Amino acid sequence: MTDTFEPKITAFVCNWCTYAGADLTGTSRIKYPSNVRVLRLPCTGRIDFMLLAKAFARGADGIIISGCHPNDCHYTSGNYHARRRWMVYRNLMDFMGIDTARITFSWVSAAEGAKWAELVSEVTTKLRAMGPYTEYQELALAGVE
Amino acid sequence: MDVNEKAKQLLEAGTVQAVAGFQTGTRGVRRPVFIRRAEDTGRLVFDPGCRHNLAQYATRTPVKRLGRLALTLRPSGIRALLQLMAERQIQEPDVLALAVDPDGQVTELATAEAMEAHLALTADPVPADDQALLDRLDRMTRAERWGFWQNELSRCIKCYACRSSCPMCYCGQCTMDCNRPQWVPPPSHGLGNLEYHMVRAMHLAGRCVRCGDCGRACPVGIPIHLLTFHTEAAVQAQFGQRAGASAKLDYALSTFRPDDQETFIR
Repeated sequence: MTDTFEPKITAFVCNWCTYAGADLTGTSRIKYPSNVRVLRLPCTGRIDFMLLAKAFARGADGIIISGCHPNDCHYTSGNYHARRRWMVYRNLMDFMGIDTARITFSWVSAAEGAKWAELVSEVTTKLRAMGPYTEYQELALAGVE
Repeated sequence: MDVNEKAKQLLEAGTVQAVAGFQTGTRGVRRPVFIRRAEDTGRLVFDPGCRHNLAQYATRTPVKRLGRLALTLRPSGIRALLQLMAERQIQEPDVLALAVDPDGQVTELATAEAMEAHLALTADPVPADDQALLDRLDRMTRAERWGFWQNELSRCIKCYACRSSCPMCYCGQCTMDCNRPQWVPPPSHGLGNLEYHMVRAMHLAGRCVRCGDCGRACPVGIPIHLLTFHTEAAVQAQFGQRAGASAKLDYALSTFRPDDQETFIR
């Protein structure tokens, strides 16, 4: 046990780009923090906005959303739809007082293993400084059914 | 021509089979009424006390069975009809909007084009007190906003009156009622309330016609209409389209432009 706070990070990634990119990070033997839990979805378009709320409710301190760069979507337009959704949802979350600084959106392609490692390291460092997301976790715990 | 004369004329001519309007109820309260015979038309009223957005009835099956319907509406109601047409929930020939101006004169809007033209000429701003509260929230820090909403939403009893009063909430089966799997917690505890209102605001993003009926329907006085007002403004600012501007408008979140500009994706 160390005294430093280790954040839990939930990463929602798309199957075709970021998941393959994260795989490349591993096969390239690039080290990155183990704080991240990668959840693979078919496409960023599949990432329902409520999944983010659910991650926070289940104890995530931070979230990474990542998928194919615009124009690279395996399903042609999933990431464009996702982008619009995040533009609205991120705005709404901020309006409701949810800490959007804990959510990082990124495009990481299958060739960008190094970018993935850099992204995770950066987010982990940032969240270590921010501390646990107690505000939301307390809310979730207060309502255990 | 006032609202009673117009309703009488429409019903006598058989242009519509029913008129949805307001009558005076107990203690002077204005309440919705459906009139199907020309001789019943004398009791219609339309004044600032008539606050419901009657467009919400246009999607209800028993109302659709009445036949062609005329509705007395404020601009938000006309907007709602156009949005419902865009979402293919009502057909253009099935409804007729009666726009009532402040001195009681009625304009008949029989087609979607007429409604669009009417809206384009009508100022339909966010009410001043709502705008003031929105501005106050904008000036708050994030933590203060969290406190504000936690305090407000703590009163929510999940009666779903906001959902029932909304002209855009017409789904036969709402995701709130889905319990296999249980997606949003049903109890009205902190998390359940937050998630419910988050889902409601997102499902109305780009669709909210800003009638404010949800806020008025709330029995515990939560300004929940601000959530949908805010997301609607966000959609308008970012994608340049306003719900109900046209009967042929694509839903903002089911379409996209390759050059949509955001500032936060790395």
